[in-house]
Amino acid sequence: MNNNIILSLKDISVSYGDDVILEKLSLDIKDKEFITLLGPSGCGKTTLLRVLGGFIKPNSGDTFFDGKKINDLPPYKRQVNTVFQRYALFPHLNIYDNIAFGLNIKKVRKSEIEERVIQMLEIVNLRGYEYRNVNSLSGGQQQRVAIARALINKPRTLLLDEPLGALDLKLRKEMQIELKRIQQSLEITFVYVTHDQEEALTMSDSVVVMRNGEILQIGSPEDIYNEPKGAFIAAFIGESNIIDGIMHDDYVVEFAGYMFKCVDKGFNKLEKVDVVIRPEDIKVIPPEEAEISGLVESATFKGVHFEMMVDAHGYKWLIHSTKCYEAGTEIGIDFTEEDIHIMSKEEEEDIIL
Amino acid sequence: MKTKTPAIPYIIWTSLFVIIPLMLVFGFAFTDAEGNITMANFAKVMLYIPVIMRSITLASVATIICLILAYPISFFISRKSKSIQHMLIMFIMLPMWMNFLLRTYAWMTILENNGLLNRILIFLSLKPVALINTQWAVLIGMIYNYLPFMILPLYSVMAKIRQDTIEASEDLGANSFTVFTKIIFPLSLPGMAAGITMVFVAAVSTFVISRMLGGGANVLIGDLIEMQFLGISYNPYLGSAISLVLIVISLCAISLTQQIDSDDVDEMLL
Repeated sequence: MNNNIILSLKDISVSYGDDVILEKLSLDIKDKEFITLLGPSGCGKTTLLRVLGGFIKPNSGDTFFDGKKINDLPPYKRQVNTVFQRYALFPHLNIYDNIAFGLNIKKVRKSEIEERVIQMLEIVNLRGYEYRNVNSLSGGQQQRVAIARALINKPRTLLLDEPLGALDLKLRKEMQIELKRIQQSLEITFVYVTHDQEEALTMSDSVVVMRNGEILQIGSPEDIYNEPKGAFIAAFIGESNIIDGIMHDDYVVEFAGYMFKCVDKGFNKLEKVDVVIRPEDIKVIPPEEAEISGLVESATFKGVHFEMMVDAHGYKWLIHSTKCYEAGTEIGIDFTEEDIHIMSKEEEEDIIL
Repeated sequence: MKTKTPAIPYIIWTSLFVIIPLMLVFGFAFTDAEGNITMANFAKVMLYIPVIMRSITLASVATIICLILAYPISFFISRKSKSIQHMLIMFIMLPMWMNFLLRTYAWMTILENNGLLNRILIFLSLKPVALINTQWAVLIGMIYNYLPFMILPLYSVMAKIRQDTIEASEDLGANSFTVFTKIIFPLSLPGMAAGITMVFVAAVSTFVISRMLGGGANVLIGDLIEMQFLGISYNPYLGSAISLVLIVISLCAISLTQQIDSDDVDEMLL
C-alpha cells in the first residue's frame, strides 16, 4: 500500500434544515486501501459515502479526487462506483446486461464488453449465470452481481454501502473474505460503510469510527480495538467492562472499590474517568488468592468461550473464559495493569447501544 | 389443499355475469328476428364502417394524448414522498368520485358556443371557437374522463422504480437522458400497456361522451349499439353483431399491448 491520497474531504457539512448530518468533517482516503466507515445508524456514514459518490451535494466543503476538486461533478462523471445497500440491480435486464450496463453506456466494443463481463463473472464466481433473470438469484448472488457491475468499469475507488446487511451470517462471513480477496487482487480503494464492528475489524486496513456526524477515531483495526479513544468506541467495538473510576495520581486509579496500578498518566488529580477492561483480558483465579471475588450470576456457552456475568460486591463483571464456572460458584478475578484502559469521561451524552 | 378447478363462487360469478351474457350476444348476432341462423347482421355492420373507423381514430388519438399527458405527471408524482404521493393521487381520483354524466354535462357548459371557454376567450378579446358538437369536443371529453385510467397504472409501476435503481444507473455513467431510455422507460412499459388498454377500450366503446359533446354528427360504435337496443330502430340482432365487432376490436388492442408487457422487454431495449 502506498501513501497517495486518492479521495479527500475537507470541512464537509451536510444538513437538512436544522438537522445537521455531517459537521465540518475532513477525511483523507489512501489509494488502494480498504477503509471502513463504522458507526451506529444515524451517525452520518452513509451520507458521507453519498457525498463521495456525488449523490449529495454538501452545504459546504470540498471533495478532492486525485488532487482535483470534484465538488460539482455529477455521479456519472466520477471515477468511483457504488455498490448499493439493496443491490439496486436493474430488474428488466439479465445478469449479463446488468454487468455490461456501464460499458454499454460508454459504447465499448461488443467483443470487449463480452470479454470483460466474462472476466467479471469469474471474479465473482458467477460463471454460467449470464442469462439468468435477476430475481432468480439469491441475495448473495445478487450482491455479487452488484459488485461485478460496479467493478467492470474499473473504478479507482469502490464505495460499498452496507453491502452485506441483507445477508445471513454464514453468507456474510463468506462474502467478507470474498470482498477482501477482490480488493487485494484488483488493487483498488474500497470505502466500506457498516455498523457491524466485527465486519469492520475483519476486513479493513483502516477504520473510521463515527458518531453524530463526527469522526471519533481513525486507525488500524488493532489500534481501534486495543486503544479505543473513549468509552463510546470501547463499548461499540467488541464487548467491554466500562467502570466509573477516579484517577488519584499518574499510574494510580481507583475503581470497583479498589486502588489499581495502571499504565496511564496525564489526568488531573481526582479526575473522573471511564475504566475499560476487555472481558477476555480478565483471568479467573481461585477466590482466596484474589483481590476481587464474586459470585457467578450466569454462564452462557458462546462456542469458543463461555461468557459469564460475575457480581463482586455490587459491581458486575463480564468475563470470557474457556472454562465454565456454574452460576453460584465463587471465583476470583484478576487482570494486569496493561489490561486497564483509562478514558476521559465523555461530556454529555450517554452511550446508547 | 390446492385444486386445479377454480372456486365455486368464481364459477357462479363468471357464468352469471360473463359467460351467459356473452352467449346471448353470440346467439343474437347470428340469428334474425325469426330465429334463423344468418350472417346478414354482419353484412349490415359493413354499412357502419365509417362509424367504426371514427371510433377507432378518436379513441387512438385520445389514448395517445392521455399517454403524453399522463407520463410526466405520473413520473412527477412517483418521485415525491409517500404522503405527498397519496395526496396528489387523491386529487387525480377526486373527479372520478363524481358521476360520469355530471362531469360530461359540466364540459357541455364549458364548451358551449356561449359557454365558459368562449366567454373567457371573448373577455380576452380573442376569437370564440366552435367546439361543442364537433369531434374536438368528443376528444376533450374522452381525454378528461379517461386520463386517470392512464395515470393510475403508470404511477403504480413508476412508484415501484426505486430511487437507488436510478442512482445506480447514474453511478454507472448514465446521464438523465440515458437514465430515461435505459431505466425509466423500459420499467414503465407494463404500466403504459395497462394504461393504453384501459383508456382505449373505454374510449372506443363510449356513447355518453359522443352523444352529449359530439351532437348527432359524431356517432360512435357505442351510440350505434345503444340505438339498436333502446332507440326507435330496435334491432338487438344487429346490436349484438356490432357488439361482437367491438369486442374483437378491444381484444385486438389488448393483445397488441400484451406484446409490450411480455418478457422480450430486454430485447426491445438493445
